[in-house]
Amino acid sequence: MKIAAIWRYRGFIIGSVTREFKVRYQSSVLGTTWAVINPLALVFIYTVVFSRLMRARLPDVENTLGYGIYLCAGILCWSAFTEIANRCQNVFLENANLIRKMSFPRICLPLIVVISSAISYTIMLAIILAFLVLTKGNIGTPLVAVVPLFLLQILLATGLGVILGILNVFFRDVGQLFGIVFQFWFWFTPIVYPLSILPERIQHVIQLNPLTPLVVAYQGIFVSNRWPQWSTLLPAMFTATAFIVGALFLYRKCAVDMVDEL
Amino acid sequence: MDSILVTRLGKAYKQYPSRKARLMEWLFPFLGERHTKHWVLKDVTFSLRQGEAVGIVGVNGAGKSTLLKIITGITQPTTGHFVAKGRIAALLELGMGFHPEFTGRQNVLMAGQLLGHKIEDIENMFPAIESFAEIGEYIDKPIRTYSSGMQVRLAFSLATAKRPELLIVDEALSVGDAYFQHKSFDRIRKFREKGTSLLIVSHNRSAIQSICDRAIFLDDGHIAKEGHPDEVLDFYNAMLAERQYTQIKQKTLSDGSLQTVSGTGEVTITSVQLLDNEGRVRESVSVGDPVTLSVELTIKQSVPRLVLGFLIKDHLGQPIYGINTHRVDKAIENLQQGDRFCYRFSFKANLGKGHYSVSLSASQFDSHLDKNYQWIDRSLIFHVVNKHQEDFIGCNWLDSTVCVDRLEK
Repeated sequence: MKIAAIWRYRGFIIGSVTREFKVRYQSSVLGTTWAVINPLALVFIYTVVFSRLMRARLPDVENTLGYGIYLCAGILCWSAFTEIANRCQNVFLENANLIRKMSFPRICLPLIVVISSAISYTIMLAIILAFLVLTKGNIGTPLVAVVPLFLLQILLATGLGVILGILNVFFRDVGQLFGIVFQFWFWFTPIVYPLSILPERIQHVIQLNPLTPLVVAYQGIFVSNRWPQWSTLLPAMFTATAFIVGALFLYRKCAVDMVDEL
Repeated sequence: MDSILVTRLGKAYKQYPSRKARLMEWLFPFLGERHTKHWVLKDVTFSLRQGEAVGIVGVNGAGKSTLLKIITGITQPTTGHFVAKGRIAALLELGMGFHPEFTGRQNVLMAGQLLGHKIEDIENMFPAIESFAEIGEYIDKPIRTYSSGMQVRLAFSLATAKRPELLIVDEALSVGDAYFQHKSFDRIRKFREKGTSLLIVSHNRSAIQSICDRAIFLDDGHIAKEGHPDEVLDFYNAMLAERQYTQIKQKTLSDGSLQTVSGTGEVTITSVQLLDNEGRVRESVSVGDPVTLSVELTIKQSVPRLVLGFLIKDHLGQPIYGINTHRVDKAIENLQQGDRFCYRFSFKANLGKGHYSVSLSASQFDSHLDKNYQWIDRSLIFHVVNKHQEDFIGCNWLDSTVCVDRLEK
């Protein structure tokens, strides 16, 4: 039933996504080019500035650009996760007017967020790949693994984001709180540092973070052309399932109150 | 056949004394509920037959919007249920989902899907939507360049592109200029002929009286009165007048219709008569005859100021003419208990054939909504016949003359 409703509203979902991109770049001369320039600048800073100027090296990687690519892989994973989670967290509040006045499947709203984030993700992925090809980086078939990894990330981020989004309608504190939580979360994920430089005790703590195996998998693909160790991703899969189930349960329970509260 | 059946519908909003209380209830549900339920709809039951038009009246906060929100599927009822047959369209939030930066065409596609239409259907309906809205080449320009009239025309055209089984209309619906207003009501009328039921929310007497078969007066969440639009509106009008200390009585007149009397009672109207120019009491007058409406009243309790007004209504209950002594600077001040007055309003009965009723209001100010001493609907019924003038159409005798000139070929 839900799937049929989504299919029926597909035009609205796709329309909203394109609308979002158009609105963002409409009054600029370069238009959608900005959607490419921004991640391009990010990749440039991490690779050239960090690797070349600061001579940062990774242990057991010979390539001078190694650290830059390591950073890019982590950021690619992290930014897609936080973008979806953050925007889902506000999606009901931002569309309060629509929810209050129209009757449509609300599930469209987080879907719009996911699709639009997937587009940003793809652009950044393409830039990183282009960079790897240009610098004759070590990349091959394990790249295919980003597809299941990204799907897992979507589930994790959407589940969490929708839970927070629903709670945020009733308690605005949630939005504030998770602004801070995400900052800590970033540093509790091995994005700018390799896991191996930490004392073993702390490594165990960081391993509890469901994002850690995901980020490590990305770094493996992009830095060492290595397939992810799928078994390490099991906890993340369980967490994602729990989030999605939790989100659906919470939505069922609160959908009516939510409309009344908005 | 019922196009909608609403059964014992109730809606309560949860009210928490504070945000913390809500948090406590969420975290420790076993400690008991901390919210109180605020019922905005209570035990509302009604149905609409196919093709029937029903008006809903009530003051702000009476629960009208909540009822419509439930019927349009935006929110769910707390108790009871409703069954609707077929598609429901609402002309309440015209232009919802429009984005100013996009063209009319793009917006119609988007908003149309938000209304639940399939994309292929919208594409098929598009030429009709475009031509009905009559916005010409603006259809491919951003909505922000539209006048408000153009925007609402496009939105109306989209909302009514397909005939729904139930159409919900807000009386405040104003779709641009008089021409388009007529055009849009024409479309609604055609829908109705084909079996669409109408649910109209309104504060406006004439809108409800001219369209509706039935009216429902919603007061504080429950149906306070349901029935013929005239009777319901008279009752509603009486309720509007100062709610405290006011008594409302409805009694059935000899002709079977209901008379509504309300007010705080400081002033009592004791007699009302329609007289001809020789002072004889008349029940029927001829078009154009000079007549006098004579009203006598008694002051039961001292009041600072008194305004007496009358309103002539036609058989549909539409106001034809009304005036009061405030507007002609004849308000009386400092009235003592026991004072009696006789008012005589003289005018020419320049009215069309038919029967008319006279409502009276004794109040302190211009409006009867504030300090209403007494209000009587249908205090007097009189007939207008046409004995002396040419036969004419309409409710107004304008005594026109005509002059015909043959023009050269």
